[in-house]
Amino acid sequence: MEIPFTEKARPDTGLYNAKVGIWLFLASEVMLFGALFSAYILLRVGADPGTWPHGLLNIPIGTFNTAVLITSSVTVVLGWAALQMGNFKAYRKYQAVTILCALGFLGIKSFEYKDKFGHYEVWLKEPVTVKHGDKEVKTDRLLGHIDYNGVHPYFWKTETLAGSPEQKDKDGKVIKPAVPPVASFKFAPDPYHYTMSPKEMAHVKKESAGHAHESIEIKSSQVKRLSAFVPAHSTFFAIYFTLTALHGLHVLGGALVIAYIWGPGAKMWKTHPEQYINRVEISGLFWHFVDLVWIFLFPVIYLL
Amino acid sequence: MSDAHSHDDIKKHVRTYIIIFFALLVGTVVTVWLNYLHFDSVALTIGIALLVASIKAFLVAGFFMHLFSEKKAIYMMLAVTVFFFAAMMFIFVWSRDQLPRGGEYTPTKYVPHPSAIGAY
Repeated sequence: MEIPFTEKARPDTGLYNAKVGIWLFLASEVMLFGALFSAYILLRVGADPGTWPHGLLNIPIGTFNTAVLITSSVTVVLGWAALQMGNFKAYRKYQAVTILCALGFLGIKSFEYKDKFGHYEVWLKEPVTVKHGDKEVKTDRLLGHIDYNGVHPYFWKTETLAGSPEQKDKDGKVIKPAVPPVASFKFAPDPYHYTMSPKEMAHVKKESAGHAHESIEIKSSQVKRLSAFVPAHSTFFAIYFTLTALHGLHVLGGALVIAYIWGPGAKMWKTHPEQYINRVEISGLFWHFVDLVWIFLFPVIYLL
Repeated sequence: MSDAHSHDDIKKHVRTYIIIFFALLVGTVVTVWLNYLHFDSVALTIGIALLVASIKAFLVAGFFMHLFSEKKAIYMMLAVTVFFFAAMMFIFVWSRDQLPRGGEYTPTKYVPHPSAIGAY
């Protein structure tokens, strides 16, 4: 049986099936992201004054990723327009750029995530004095990198410092060797790295003459809490990872659909060109929605 | 879209898409630039950032998603979405006022403050 209105629009609504479907789906997506945005608002408003972290995200990278996503959005719509004029080759080129942009976005985002997992905040029992550019700052909270025997570790937390005993299975075979406790580690404080404008950054670099990242030795006994920039660090990172990872999954899903229609699914252009154009439009609508979410995510999470 | 569009119409649309593309890039740069200016008022900072984001969203939805020339049935669906979205936001933000805040939590003899039982 032929399904009606997959190619031609239904006369009374002026819409074909998939158009109604995608908009209903996008409506449910608005509610999903809306709920998480309201969670963000509640966490933000509910945080005690002065405790909401600022400047822990890389603004230049976030800005670049925004531009990447906007570019992919315009190539989607240009590809669709090319297809409407019957120019399949141009459509292929535009959508290839879209897919590359999607992969680029995800690649940059993974780099950002990896960078976060190796960045640390240390809460100390007693304040210490550290150099920040030409200034000396007394603080009991430090942001920066850990250097432990020349290695920059990932995912350390307070418990890591205590080490862990050997783990054996039932037969007495060692599954995990014992990890000795960490007596002390080097820490390179890097407090305002991302929030500085290029001008301020140049100033700090000049004033400190290459000592901006002068590391200090921290004994484990001084540490009250240690956390990498992971969801457990704070409600800020919890909501940051929740929102950006969900958005990243949408980028991945959208890219897979667009790539399928672009590649193996392109056979339909010869058999059912109108339905094919509809498919391109529908996947494009989803893609623009993903772009739309990022347009709000970027300022809200990176800048405010 | 299966509506019959002439080639000239589509070419005009393409020009619009490219203009919107540059407008979106400019919007992004403006957002970041304003952020580096550091306004004294927090409300102003948030207001401006959300205003620029809303304008960008408006452009994407209006031109790229063709919402400026959509059919009535889509508008009706979106009207329902807007209603429920606004209702959800209202309920969540309003619920904030119904909950005790960190510093304002008044312990009673029935429910001790979490710190009294060593919870944190």
